[in-house]
Amino acid sequence: MSETYELEVNGVSYPISAAMDRSLLSILRTEVGLTGTKEGCDDCECGACMVLIDDQPVNSCSYLAAQAQGRRVTTIEGILDGENQLHPLQRNLLDEGGVQCGFCTPGMIMSAQALLARNTSPTQEEIRIGLSGNLCRCTGYQRILAAVEKTATEA
Amino acid sequence: MSLAIANSIDDVLTALAGGARPIAGGTDLVVGARQGKSPLPESLIAIDRVPALSTIEQTDGHVRIGAGVTHSRLMSDPLLVERYTGLADAAALIGSPSTRNVGTIGGNVMNASPAMDTGAPLMTLGAIAELRSVSHTRQLALSDLWTGPGQTSANPDELCVCIVIPQTPAYSGSAYVRLEYRRAMEIAVVGAAASVVLTEDGTIASGRLAMTAVAPTIVELVGASEAMTGMAAVDAADVIASLASDQAVPISDLRGSDRYRRHTIGVMAARALDAAARRAGGERIGVPVNRNLGIGAAR
Ligand SMILES: Cc1cc2nc3c(=O)[nH]c(=O)nc-3n(C[C@H](O)[C@H](O)[C@H](O)COP(=O)(O)OP(=O)(O)OC[C@H]3O[C@@H](n4cnc5c(N)ncnc54)[C@H](O)[C@@H]3O)c2cc1C
Repeated sequence: MSETYELEVNGVSYPISAAMDRSLLSILRTEVGLTGTKEGCDDCECGACMVLIDDQPVNSCSYLAAQAQGRRVTTIEGILDGENQLHPLQRNLLDEGGVQCGFCTPGMIMSAQALLARNTSPTQEEIRIGLSGNLCRCTGYQRILAAVEKTATEA
Repeated sequence: MSLAIANSIDDVLTALAGGARPIAGGTDLVVGARQGKSPLPESLIAIDRVPALSTIEQTDGHVRIGAGVTHSRLMSDPLLVERYTGLADAAALIGSPSTRNVGTIGGNVMNASPAMDTGAPLMTLGAIAELRSVSHTRQLALSDLWTGPGQTSANPDELCVCIVIPQTPAYSGSAYVRLEYRRAMEIAVVGAAASVVLTEDGTIASGRLAMTAVAPTIVELVGASEAMTGMAAVDAADVIASLASDQAVPISDLRGSDRYRRHTIGVMAARALDAAARRAGGERIGVPVNRNLGIGAAR
């Protein structure tokens, strides 16, 4: 049975009419229409679905969309400063070779963004902990860590 | 299915009396449902926006930790890190930053997994759970709360409001360590917590230990205090290790055999004791002990 509620995503309020057991991930991708957030394992293991809720990273595959009512959801589409501008994390991931197949990238960026927002000069250890909920099967991680470190030093 | 968002404890209690189940971070409830362990309840009441459930308060001789306090806060709250360090160690090991941002102490305790990380340190710190329904409030020792894997003696209409821990004495310290195969997104193979009080000459005046993932619930090590009183912590390590291995009744599963668990729980108990005693003696060992003393998975 569908119910109706409002969801704030990237500063825009969306009316949602959906069953209350739907995950935030599925609502974002199919009802809101933002497909930058990825479904990897759909089981809270891989972090491809990472979004920010009130600026904190959350696995959207295992979070009920209805529970995000009244909170601020930020997805990969919401981190750009302006149209067609790459976020520094995106640019550095590309420059450093931290993107291969790209499927983990949006989730990695959301975790990294949350880390850098509360810690502007993280140590390598802190970056590892910050990204510890995100799996990447291509890069071997070193290029991703380098990109986050570079972003922190530039800021 | 329905989901309502509560703003006060009364909202929650009324909903529970009407048959709803509480959801805090959902990191056990929703993840369990997705994995097919048990379907989502028909009616949920979200408790993550009740201010009275997310406070950490010092009262006369106790600290009261609201059931809705997240692991991120447990691992960084200055009072908890300073005086209830074993609990902060445990919180810092849970899942990943996202698990810790939404996962709560109340959810961890009420989910009653035998592998839960906050349970053993809470037990050694003498914590009790405060349960409330529309009709009553009662306090329950954790050993009376946990009755089996995923099972508690709480009634379905009872909300865990807070965890109450007695103030820790001078010359005391606590620690929690776990054996793990990787450093994040992991569940304890086995784990051990210790909490000790030292005399002025540095020997053990009293202490408690508790064990993770070696029995159907978190269990306290029986006879630990008697076995180590009057000893230096280094000398008590072997006694505690064999006591722990003797009392463990682990299962075999894909994470480890019963024999492996029975051996490694002794190692973990000795390391927890070592770290707790060093902290009691004034040494600053950062949270979590696992990372700072190189215990558990390598980097
Ligand atoms: C990827 C991942 C990694 C994890 N790693 C660990 C780990 O390392 N160590 C560990 O111990 N756990 C781990 N967990 C399990 C989980 O995150 C913790 O147990 C967490 O503390 C649960 O809290 P929650 O608020 O999300 O609980 P919820 O899922 O919201 O609730 C859990 C259960 O408790 C009940 N409940 C919740 N709050 C209350 C209350 N106040 N009163 C009464 N009943 C209540 C709910 O009805 C439900 O039955 C992990 C989970 C995931 C998904």
